[in-house]
Amino acid sequence: MTQLEITRSAVRRPYGRRRKSCPFSGPNAPKIDYKDTKLLGRFTSERGKIVPSRISAVSAKKQRELAVAIKRARYLALMPYVDMQR
Amino acid sequence: MRLYESVLIARQDISTAQVETLVDEFSKIIENGGGSIKKREYWGLRSLAYRIKKNRKGHYVMLNLEADSATLNEYERIMGLNEDILRFMTIRIEEVDEEPSIMMQAKSERGDRGDRRDRREQPAQNASKSEEA
Repeated sequence: MTQLEITRSAVRRPYGRRRKSCPFSGPNAPKIDYKDTKLLGRFTSERGKIVPSRISAVSAKKQRELAVAIKRARYLALMPYVDMQR
Repeated sequence: MRLYESVLIARQDISTAQVETLVDEFSKIIENGGGSIKKREYWGLRSLAYRIKKNRKGHYVMLNLEADSATLNEYERIMGLNEDILRFMTIRIEEVDEEPSIMMQAKSERGDRGDRRDRREQPAQNASKSEEA
């Protein structure tokens, strides 16, 4: 109970921060495309992992679409499966 | 008949002209099967994110095509047999995008960018890892 309250107060409202809206919804939102590695790169970690939607605030529907796009880009070697350089 | 988008990666040690003839060959299979090529893009010799069959670079070609499943199967079968083709992927699309794809746009902007650049594009300019070949 206390733990739940701590996380809530820590996560929910540091200083009345609002939940960010999905970067792929709304007008002039970018189209998810496996060819757009620059865009997809923003939703992968330094290691090349897909960033969870709770961090990136992508909606569930778009996150599914995004995951498919990233996997396609990986298959075509446009993006790494594992990035070990850094 | 359906629309498909097909990307193929050819070995790096073959010449651009050879890639073109190779792609012509594959296009012919589609056309012989009653399909058509709607768009063709050569993305150039790009470096691969990881090695495929010991290759670090590859010629990327994208085709947008219309074909039925039997023709497409034949097309994929022939490509699979060709040793100059490292990899290919064909996906179904709803419509052909008339504009050149993002790859061509990126290329015309500032030459060939085969390398991975900094992947985080925060609104604030981060100069933390700008040096990276």
